[in-house]
Amino acid sequence: MKEIVISIILIIGTFFLFSGALGVFRLPDVYTRLHAASKSATLGVAGILIAAFLFFWIEQNMVSGKLVLGIIFILMTAPVSGHMISRAAYQKGVPLWEKTTRDDLKSSSNKTNTRG
Amino acid sequence: MPIQIIINLIIAVLWMFLFESYSFSTFFIGYLSGIVLLLLMERFIPDRFYFYRLWSIVKLLFLFIKELIMANIQVVKLVYSPKLKMEPGIIAVPIEVRTNWEITMLANLITLTPGTLSVSVSPDNMFIYVHAMDAPDADEVIKEIKGTFEKAIMEVTR
Repeated sequence: MKEIVISIILIIGTFFLFSGALGVFRLPDVYTRLHAASKSATLGVAGILIAAFLFFWIEQNMVSGKLVLGIIFILMTAPVSGHMISRAAYQKGVPLWEKTTRDDLKSSSNKTNTRG
Repeated sequence: MPIQIIINLIIAVLWMFLFESYSFSTFFIGYLSGIVLLLLMERFIPDRFYFYRLWSIVKLLFLFIKELIMANIQVVKLVYSPKLKMEPGIIAVPIEVRTNWEITMLANLITLTPGTLSVSVSPDNMFIYVHAMDAPDADEVIKEIKGTFEKAIMEVTR
């Protein structure tokens, strides 16, 4: 029973990681790819860490604080890296996908440059 | 607020000394009874009881987790659908939060929610630029960000 629950959480985590990788492969431009990368990497890695935490807790009766800290730091850092990559890409002038419908940043960025 | 936490910690340590067992579980029980005592004496201590703020932090955390799971389901749907039907675009969202900490929290929340990715913050901290998967319903995106996340963050900080 315990093994089944832990395996299911592990499989869910790896499934989300796989979907994220497939999204990076399939989607058309940097920004839409970052959508897939930042979200599914967070939940995928968090799922695997939760499974490892449960395994150590149930099997060896050991509460591993390091794994909990890992989850917290993944939750804090992954969106920041996604934000920074997309910002850097926009300032470098990486083009948006041709079907992009609106771009509010373009009209504002020729007045003032965005903050560093 | 800091004085309340100190009072609570003192009650917990006092509890440990009274029971003469210096373990974490005794400290925890003492801390819980400290919370109950502070709640009963709310009228006599200055400032709002800090547990309300803690409660709104917990609510924000659960909102975070819920939105993260929803976002992943949306990404999975998008990736495994045979045709890419989306109309991405960058939307300017006006924000009311001002301090750096609040804006960081808001940008993180936006990145981890379904269909949105924060791209940039305007130099005067008035707008946050969001890359959305479905740009045509921009009003809905703005309404969701302002109504749900900004409100939850302001509940914690104000």
